[in-house]
Amino acid sequence: MLNRIYEAQKLMDSACQKLGRQINIMEVCGTHTVAIFRNGLRPTLPERLKMLSGPGCPVCVTDQGYIDITLQLADREDCIIATYGDMIRVPGKDGSLETRHKPNVKIVLSSEDALTLAKNNPDKTVVFIAVGFETTAPATAVAVQEADSRGIENFCILSGHKLVVPAMEALVGDKNHKIDAFLCPGHVSVIIGSNAYIPIVEQFARPCVVAGFEPMQIIEGIAGLCRQLADGAAEVESIYDAVVTPEGNRTAQSIIDECFEPVDGLWRGLGSIPNSTLKLKAEYSRFDALNRFGLKEIPAEDLSGCRCGEVLCGLIDPPDCALFEKKCTPDSPVGPCMVSSEGACSAWYKYGRGRKRSS
Amino acid sequence: MKDTPTNKILLAHGGGGRLTANLISNNILPKFSNEILAQLADAASLELDSPAVCFTTDSYVVKPLFFNGGDIGKLAVCGTINDLAVAGAKPVALSLSMIIEEGFELGVLDKILASAAEAADGAEVSIVAGDTKVVETGAADGIFINTAGLGTKLPDVNLSFGRIAPGDKIIINGTIGDHGMTIMSQREGIKFESQLASDCASLAPLTCRILEAAPGVKFMRDPTRGGLAATVNEIANSTGHSIELYEKDIPIKPAVQAAADMLGFDLLDIANEGKVVIVTAPDTAEKVLDVCKGHPLGAGAGIIGEVAQSEDGPIVELITKVGGRRIVQMPYGRELPRIC
Repeated sequence: MLNRIYEAQKLMDSACQKLGRQINIMEVCGTHTVAIFRNGLRPTLPERLKMLSGPGCPVCVTDQGYIDITLQLADREDCIIATYGDMIRVPGKDGSLETRHKPNVKIVLSSEDALTLAKNNPDKTVVFIAVGFETTAPATAVAVQEADSRGIENFCILSGHKLVVPAMEALVGDKNHKIDAFLCPGHVSVIIGSNAYIPIVEQFARPCVVAGFEPMQIIEGIAGLCRQLADGAAEVESIYDAVVTPEGNRTAQSIIDECFEPVDGLWRGLGSIPNSTLKLKAEYSRFDALNRFGLKEIPAEDLSGCRCGEVLCGLIDPPDCALFEKKCTPDSPVGPCMVSSEGACSAWYKYGRGRKRSS
Repeated sequence: MKDTPTNKILLAHGGGGRLTANLISNNILPKFSNEILAQLADAASLELDSPAVCFTTDSYVVKPLFFNGGDIGKLAVCGTINDLAVAGAKPVALSLSMIIEEGFELGVLDKILASAAEAADGAEVSIVAGDTKVVETGAADGIFINTAGLGTKLPDVNLSFGRIAPGDKIIINGTIGDHGMTIMSQREGIKFESQLASDCASLAPLTCRILEAAPGVKFMRDPTRGGLAATVNEIANSTGHSIELYEKDIPIKPAVQAAADMLGFDLLDIANEGKVVIVTAPDTAEKVLDVCKGHPLGAGAGIIGEVAQSEDGPIVELITKVGGRRIVQMPYGRELPRIC
């Protein structure tokens, strides 16, 4: 293993030398962010290689307006809110699902659990807080289809599902031109396939490497990106071959396509991105919580002083935010990147404090 | 007058009347048969063979009440014994008090009490005092147990933060995270939960043997809530020295790692109920390891870190398997509700 690490570090060093400037690599996925910190990889990288944490944590990229709608729904006595655990602590403009102490807020591990809640509580409407990327969207779609076929009408979803590639395009096309290359998410790529990143290399000439979450995979993924940058190449490469194919999981993709259509959607920090959010198709629209309750997602300002938006674009590191470690901690989070265990701020706080920054 | 037999706990079982007496004589005393308890006095009278004693207490509210590798009864006895053990004491006697929810199955209570008795017997500790209260349905979650424990200090043993110095070795007696991940997996209904088992065990037989063989041991602590991360941070903060842990040497079961990855937990933060962290001078480390490895509770023991000079204040760092370094924080403490 040490030999492989040495080889990878040599590639990184020579790319830094050849380019003669700082190299900025974005790890898109929150699981990568945490793995990089947990394995202490940052201090092992060359000084001129900077890792930027990207918009790949579903809780973090969820727009403030969406959070405010979940709070509105939680106030309704005829609803049960079924949500993934991380979401309950994200502050809205008036508290969070957690601080409201509502007995109708239930933590679930899957959309299937939310559907079971609906079956067991026929006199309430269960609203599933459906966040996540292409990884969790198929399971939500299956739950909606099951509710449809079995006539479970007291179930609906508040879709916050998002697509990864449009966000990467928005980043390099507009928000952050400094990104040189992308370390692409392992889990999402299992579903969408490595070919999904072809637009990033063809239109934006940014190398993409799909890697798994073991430290060696991450190190070799970064090294692969460095090799491409040094060679002036921009290609899609996957070193997560065991599970990621070029085409991805066709079955999961078609389940998403059956239920959802991509529409323009709001992202924290990135604003509105064309065709980046999944909305239920017309035939399933009665399971859309916005339709059922006549609600509209209104863009909301980020909370005062919170710079999660800039963190998510790789424009600043968490310690550059004045709230970090002071007003904003995991015990008392201001922004979602400190709430989610996969958030960049939470990872910096937990694993990065007390050490000199690597960049 | 004859009472109608019941298979559930009623409020009257805690009322101090006939049903309480029945509960004590039929369900409790037979399991904890010892002369002191049998006297049913208002206080237990003990004769100890040392004037130096350790005294501790802890309450147990674990959910679920039964888990792979143990239950709330075993946990309540072992947990308090372990607090005495790591303080350098030989546990002698425990009290055991229960707060039970009305409607609780008597059969389930019997199982819990039998398990508590077995754990106490195994550690040669007597349960010499106790109490039972019953609260209305909904006022408790099944059963809560409090135990308090008394132990006599082992001779020539001096365990304190103050003796810890840079260069000292940090030893653990086996795999981390087994208890916390077992509880969490069972709560979350993860499919591979059957591969996980709590490490819940009385550490006293092991710690007494270690301290007899190596009285120079400087410090011991059981890494329960907050896991190894909390324990080493307490050591660092209390001594002012830094600590380096070696990831490659920290014993972890693959199934436990898989469960932690799935639920997004860092095993360093996860509770143990049968583990002890030992800090000792380098020249006695091998001796301590030998003693551990010769005991069933320490077969997987290893040196997992070292106390280091602190440069800008004490920090705990993990040297990762790939040669990276990262901070190990004191856990926030809200990740795992009601695990013990």
